Amino acid sequence: MPESIRFLLGNELQELSGFDPQMTVLEWLRTRVRRTGTKEGCAEGDCGACTVALGEVVDGAMRYRAFNSCIQLLPTLDGKQLVTVEDLAVQDASGESLHPVQQAMVDQHGSQCGFCTPGFVMSLFTLFHQPAIQATNGPALDRQRIDEALAGNLCRCTGYAPIVRAVVQAMEQAPVDQFSNRQEELVAKLQPLQRDSMLQLEFQGRRFFAPRTLAEVWELLRLYPAAQLVAGATDVGLWMTKQLRVFDTVISLCQVSELPRIERDEAAGTIAIGAAVTYTDALATLVSAFPEMRRMLSRLGAVQVRNAGTMGGNIANGSPVGDMPPALIALGARLLLSSSAGRREIPLEDYFIEYGKQDLQPGECVEAVVLPLPVAGQHYAVYKLSKRFDQDVSAVCAAFCIRLQDGKVIDARICFGGMAGTPLRARSTEQVLLGQPWNDETLPQVMTRARAALAEDYSPLSDWRASREYRLLAAQNLLRRFFLETTSTEPAQLCGPGQAGTRA
Amino acid sequence: MKAKAPTAQHPLAVHQALPHDSAIKHVTGRAHYVDDLPEPAGLLHVYVGTSRVAHGRIRQLDLEEVKRFPGVCAVLTAADIPAVNDISPMHTLDEELLASEFVHFCGQVLFAVAATDRDSARRAARLARMDIEELPAILDIESALAQEAYVSPPHEMQRSDARAAIAAAAHRLQGELRTGGQDHFYLEGQAAMSVPQEDGDLLIYSSTQHPSELQHLAAQMLGRPDNAVTVEVRRMGGAFGGKETQAAQWALLTALVAHQTGRPAKLRLDRDDDMISTGKRHDFRIRYEVGYDDAGLISGADIELASLCGMSADLSGPINDRAMFHSDNAYYLPNVHILSYRCRTNTVSNTAFRGFGGPQGMMGIERIMDAIAADLGLDPLQVRRANLYDGPGRDTGRNVTPYHMTVEDNILPQLMDELEHASAYRERRAAIAEFNLSSPVTRRGIALTPVKFGIAFTTTFMNQAGALVHVYKDGSIHLNHGGTEMGQGLFIKVAQVVADAFRVGLERVKITATNTSKVPNTSATAASSGTDMNAMAALDACTTIRQRLVTFAAGKYAVAVEEIRFEHEMVRIGTIERTFAQLVMEAYLGRISLSSTGYYRTPKIHYDRATASGRPFLYFAYGAAVSEVEIDTLTGEYRLRQVDILHDVGRSINPAIDLGQIEGGFVQGVGWLTSEELWWDQKGALRTHAPSTYKIPVSSDVPEKFHVNIWPGGESHEPAIHRSKAVGEPPLMLAISVHSAINQAIASVRPGRALPALDAPATPEKVLLCIERLRRHPA
Repeated sequence: MPESIRFLLGNELQELSGFDPQMTVLEWLRTRVRRTGTKEGCAEGDCGACTVALGEVVDGAMRYRAFNSCIQLLPTLDGKQLVTVEDLAVQDASGESLHPVQQAMVDQHGSQCGFCTPGFVMSLFTLFHQPAIQATNGPALDRQRIDEALAGNLCRCTGYAPIVRAVVQAMEQAPVDQFSNRQEELVAKLQPLQRDSMLQLEFQGRRFFAPRTLAEVWELLRLYPAAQLVAGATDVGLWMTKQLRVFDTVISLCQVSELPRIERDEAAGTIAIGAAVTYTDALATLVSAFPEMRRMLSRLGAVQVRNAGTMGGNIANGSPVGDMPPALIALGARLLLSSSAGRREIPLEDYFIEYGKQDLQPGECVEAVVLPLPVAGQHYAVYKLSKRFDQDVSAVCAAFCIRLQDGKVIDARICFGGMAGTPLRARSTEQVLLGQPWNDETLPQVMTRARAALAEDYSPLSDWRASREYRLLAAQNLLRRFFLETTSTEPAQLCGPGQAGTRA
Repeated sequence: MKAKAPTAQHPLAVHQALPHDSAIKHVTGRAHYVDDLPEPAGLLHVYVGTSRVAHGRIRQLDLEEVKRFPGVCAVLTAADIPAVNDISPMHTLDEELLASEFVHFCGQVLFAVAATDRDSARRAARLARMDIEELPAILDIESALAQEAYVSPPHEMQRSDARAAIAAAAHRLQGELRTGGQDHFYLEGQAAMSVPQEDGDLLIYSSTQHPSELQHLAAQMLGRPDNAVTVEVRRMGGAFGGKETQAAQWALLTALVAHQTGRPAKLRLDRDDDMISTGKRHDFRIRYEVGYDDAGLISGADIELASLCGMSADLSGPINDRAMFHSDNAYYLPNVHILSYRCRTNTVSNTAFRGFGGPQGMMGIERIMDAIAADLGLDPLQVRRANLYDGPGRDTGRNVTPYHMTVEDNILPQLMDELEHASAYRERRAAIAEFNLSSPVTRRGIALTPVKFGIAFTTTFMNQAGALVHVYKDGSIHLNHGGTEMGQGLFIKVAQVVADAFRVGLERVKITATNTSKVPNTSATAASSGTDMNAMAALDACTTIRQRLVTFAAGKYAVAVEEIRFEHEMVRIGTIERTFAQLVMEAYLGRISLSSTGYYRTPKIHYDRATASGRPFLYFAYGAAVSEVEIDTLTGEYRLRQVDILHDVGRSINPAIDLGQIEGGFVQGVGWLTSEELWWDQKGALRTHAPSTYKIPVSSDVPEKFHVNIWPGGESHEPAIHRSKAVGEPPLMLAISVHSAINQAIASVRPGRALPALDAPATPEKVLLCIERLRRHPA
């Protein structure tokens, strides 16, 4: 039974055993190997000061992505390359040469206090290594792309302007650095570290498993019924760093061969997304089928969170303010659950029983979410309201999906997040809309009834994200927006960030 | 996005756009913050246990389980403090290091636990059993006012009879505005490490803006003289006022542990605890009544400020004074009365934050300008311009502030003209009016607001600074001064001044950590005064050494003093040339002292608080901004579409650094007025205590069209260092233009009515509810 993990730290092979498997990557970097360049700003994956790059071999080439090391569990480094801010500059006989992204940050005065800087440098490093960016460097990187790339990094000093200028400078250059130059060597070093059997770690009674098959997951759940499943740990990580929770057994789903699947089945008219698919990996498939989801997906967490976080995790933990469930429920998504006893499929909304309680049986795990592909006459929209446009938890998340035939509503599915203890469908409102003509003439009376129905469907709470009054009023107004957007070409909402004008 | 910094005209180190001295260390991760320093052997990690109630009497504190937790070496309470249990910065003795008998806010520290690792200390701290008898708590301004609960007595400022002037005016209006607090959200949380020295002395590394105060408080707490404690700070990972007084508590706890155990001790707060247990910007309630004529010219203003100070005085006195000092912002108020209440509440003690009360004071008068314009149907810019203080070439007697200081350097009339033109304010305002007529869902607004900010500590004695400069015999220079580096670029600016003083390259100057054993009795690095004061002190030291070198060279080479010139790493002594390093070595061999202290006290300033009159400021810094926003009338969301800024930094010592302060200060101000909302529950517990719930701006909140310019040809009216001007705080208040523009956009929903009463922060919720009020009550 393997009791150690192996990974590259920069260029150096590390083999670790006898460590707490619930230790975070940041804790290990700062306290065990005293690489103090990587900073802790919040210990909850929201500020990006701890950003590191993880390199993996994908299709024979190195692929780098940014992660929040403060909530990344150390065992997840197994078989990967960990790159920190200390690794970027090259030392040789002539002295030190900064990495192009570091040089750009210096040239553009992108640091003031410097504490967030290593995190920004690492986000820029992964941007520098994005194949899509490399193929079309320079002008293709518009401000919106830059903002999306930086949304997971907070800076309190600069106001971001010089950092944006640094991104522009760095991306104008050929994407060549010591890492691209050494790619073959790195691939060769990482290949032998890949394992084909389950990673199992135990230290002072704390266990960590990274099973390779669903059958192994089910068996582990039988052996350790109280085990905590993780699929990215962007939420569970906080339970550890903030609530100081300790789990006897953690089972990571990220290596299960059946779970990363993304399958589009035209015959069945479905898309199936495995529970361990990260948002980053799901994005292209989801957006190609549901372009209306793009705006929300690009605001869900930030790059670092989307690289680690999974739809399966977002659903499984039952958060009342997760952004995916409303978007999926409105589409009529179904949830595939499995255990050693077999599989079952339920409508996604039925999974959320009440606040803190889900329909997850002992020994069971979320295997996939199955979405029906759009049908003729379907109109769909997802709206997210938050105090800050990027990287914020929704005050209200709204998803509307109606189907029109001969100008009348023949199917309506409306789901809100942030309006109740669970994501919840607006059943009365749906009933009001059903059978109604969907056009300007009927709008006033239908809307009046629908607004009233929404007030019946929901009794939201007041909290730090929004008051009850705002939530209800905004929910009603979002229904109006949905109507405006599906019946008119007039601009009915603000443009995205970084764009100069409205969406007209 | 474009940003222009004036290019260097001067071939020497000053007035050049040089990178931050630590830029390469920042980007490579080699810049050390407190938690990055090498850890001494036997280091203990300290954590704290805090109150969960806002006001109460401590019946019993059961720490047995805390003590029993594996790895715990010490658990300390108020009873373990050797001498004085106090951390109040102004000797008000109203804030304990560890609560002894009563707790006064949710998050107040009751005990400290020291363990062999931080994780154990944190876990152990949560095992305490606290029996606290809850007492009635005052949680808001209204309750405090009703009970006359103040941290210091109400204070007034007036000139002639405001009430009579308002009564006699052609037009009158009154209103109320609330501004929320703001968490500093420095990226590096509070951190400190104490290392025991001989004789029971301590060396404290702290992330603090005020090493001397921290030194004194630590010594006082331990019952030792100040000379038993040395405080060092190389840099902070951001501070913004949040480490002026708020750093002391955590450093003192490490000092206490080090003192009691004889072992080095470190404390680094978790972000959530940092936000819960440290002070923030004061919330304000501003009420006003003004009288004015048909052109919007104000004849009388009566302004009442009430601020939420929290459980102790901290710096609330001078902060509220500064709010009063900026209640006029850039406008002449001929008859004026300003009344200030400093409310004591059972919340964390609010503290310094960039602007130090000035921003809140300015928000009131800028709201008044918008309200008058709405009332008279005028362009708010026209009203603002009409009320400005006299500028150069215009002396109509409208140049005296409510505190009887004459404004001598007002460049705003010209600066605002240039900005109005450069930003095409007039054309865009017309286009926006057009847009708003035809846009069904979104609306736009634009506003130009000025800033006039007084430079100096209003507590006069604090306007002094010291420096220490050594020239080593190889010609290298060691620079030390009392200012601290928090990212603002103080160190590079002072180093530029020093290099210029000797006409040598900047690489000769070694910048060193602020240390109370090198320069004593320093003031906080605050009030935007860091460069003004410390660079002057450093220049004084350099001048002393330079004069010694000149005197020595004149004697040695029998050349008149006037014929000795320092230029480009060389010293010309008549016809003789020596490199700087050569002359230094010669001077050393000639037994000349090559080390000097330097000192500076700000001239001209004086203030009599009893009569609220005098000259509290040496000069004013000026700037103005135009912001354009678009709001969504269905959801209250908004976008900042364009910002144009013109800001005066005098003759900039480092235009790149100054530009960074302007851009960064502005965006921080935008956060304060828009998305940053502190939310307390009914029990007085802060519920927005992490970046997941407290939202500072991110990159996408900054518009692509962000045009920031330094006022060309600016020059300080006063003999400030190289005729530059302070820049740290003033740009934050340029963000008032954003709040004003949002309100203008809201007003377009029902044009021609009284100005909407949008409070701050203008969250989407506040914007939508404002719109809804207009819609429901169109009349």
